[in-house]
Amino acid sequence: MIATPILEVRGIGKVYGSVIALSDISTSVGAGEVLCVLGDNGAGKSTLLKVLAGVHPHSTGEMLLDGRAIRFTGPRHALDAGIATVYQDLAIVPLMPVWRNFFLGAELSSGVGPFSRMRVKEMRAITLAQLGRMGIDLRDVDQPIGTLSGGERQSVAIARAIYFGARVVILDEPTSALGVKQAGVVLRYVAQARDRGLGVVFVTHNPHHAYPVGDRFLVLNRGASLGEFEKSGIGIQELTRLMAGGAELDSLAREIERG
Amino acid sequence: MTTVDTAVGRPGADERVAATHPVTRLLRRPEMGAFLAALVIFGYFSLSTNAFLTPAGAATWLYSASLFGIMAVAVALLMIGGEFDLSAGAMTGTTGLLVGAFTTQWGMNLWLAMLLSLLIALTVGAVNGLLVVKTGIPSFIVTLATFFILQGVNLAGTKLITGQVAIQGMNLVPGFEAGKAIFGSTIPVLGLDLKVSIFWWIGLTAVASWFLLRTRYGNWIFAIGGQLQSAVQTGIPVRRTRIGLFMGTAAAGWLVGMLSLFDVATVQATTGIGQEFIYIICAVVGGCLLTGGYGSAIGAALGALIYGMILQGIVFAQWDNNWLKAFLGGMLLLAVLVNLSVRRQAGVRA
Repeated sequence: MIATPILEVRGIGKVYGSVIALSDISTSVGAGEVLCVLGDNGAGKSTLLKVLAGVHPHSTGEMLLDGRAIRFTGPRHALDAGIATVYQDLAIVPLMPVWRNFFLGAELSSGVGPFSRMRVKEMRAITLAQLGRMGIDLRDVDQPIGTLSGGERQSVAIARAIYFGARVVILDEPTSALGVKQAGVVLRYVAQARDRGLGVVFVTHNPHHAYPVGDRFLVLNRGASLGEFEKSGIGIQELTRLMAGGAELDSLAREIERG
Repeated sequence: MTTVDTAVGRPGADERVAATHPVTRLLRRPEMGAFLAALVIFGYFSLSTNAFLTPAGAATWLYSASLFGIMAVAVALLMIGGEFDLSAGAMTGTTGLLVGAFTTQWGMNLWLAMLLSLLIALTVGAVNGLLVVKTGIPSFIVTLATFFILQGVNLAGTKLITGQVAIQGMNLVPGFEAGKAIFGSTIPVLGLDLKVSIFWWIGLTAVASWFLLRTRYGNWIFAIGGQLQSAVQTGIPVRRTRIGLFMGTAAAGWLVGMLSLFDVATVQATTGIGQEFIYIICAVVGGCLLTGGYGSAIGAALGALIYGMILQGIVFAQWDNNWLKAFLGGMLLLAVLVNLSVRRQAGVRA
């Protein structure tokens, strides 16, 4: 990528007490790009995610936002800088209508104090339009969000992050709890977000979900990088082999063939 | 990648389309069950008793519904926020007794006494809320404790001050007539002599409903009761909102305390005891989920209307009064079952 990436880390590391959770990771994500962070359980994916999301400050290395060094003081800081994170539980309320969920905690209101009134019509219209841009055609934004499928809920959460000013969306295992079809739906929305010029950091342990949509793949193992690969430079079999570290390769290979 | 349309991946997608039909949507509203039940009960007592539909009869059951309704609406808001307030009933007694004691015993100005009583009620509500928010102890337990404390204070305090179990002679307090105009008067409407509390009830229901559905605070209440963790993650001021809800039921307790005080100019020390569950039942009959996150103010008002109609209807029909309790229990069970199915349909597929 020639353009300056939105978010870049150079030799970044994180130490919890005497535990080195992450060491010497360098990667970046630019506009319209999908960076997949792959690794097995305990590889350091969550630590990297928390550093990028501003939950934990990094211990070593440097972080660059639009080419300038930055150190997030907290999740709010990261959010204000346009780095939004969609966690696995999505921060939604199942019994509430889609549009209320979309604006949860950031309701559009007119007036002051106890007399401020929500601009309901506008909120409904924006929700419908924003979801439409993601390719989610809801007939009724008044239906409880709990009635949507897992994939649709995930994409509402992504659309919400985008609408509220995200330039980079970090997705924490967005497909892990989903069935094959639903995972496909989410991947399509990831692609949509990318096409709209967002940077996407897709954290997953599933190379089958990462490969179709990713541009670059950062493979982690035991807190260290096993390398970052352009899609043209690596096949899915090799990616899987790298993640699994050579173990259980036979069964994995069979799984791939069937997939 | 798979090509997908909107309905993909969910076998029940067609049902979702059907569910958006306007009539179905109306039927799915939380207060719909209570509305239909109210119609049936109204029809039944209207046909089976002579007194129910007379102007005097209607004014009677409307009045009794109004006092329960004001509390039920405040309790419904709190329940939607995921909490209970068992001290709400005793609070209607405490506030009235305070004003009574301040004025008749210590000669305090009536309006000052009312203001002070309100402040004390709000403080108790805030303490309830703070304890729940800070300690994480279920509100059921915290407010059960407050309930017993208030009950004890109401009885022992009244006896200590007056030597009786009631405070009387409010009508001799300067300014009582002006207070009665606001809280205890009767307004004739279309041949019905309606107590002013009925208008307070209707007004409060309208305001609460608007608050719940059309302000951001309402949104926060639903979110806090529906999924506390999500409410925290989206940056909602969770603590403030929850404490505010407890102060809301306390303030409603004060209002009802004033309405009864100025109606009869006497406060019994036992006022409100045992009514806390009736408020909850009214809210649940009106569509509130016991688990929070779902319900409506109008529903709670309708729940109270049902209760008022049954309470007086049983008297008019000259049945044994004790049937009321059995009826109430049955209604609660039925309402909980209906609400449960609503919750299942409305998808808790989290």
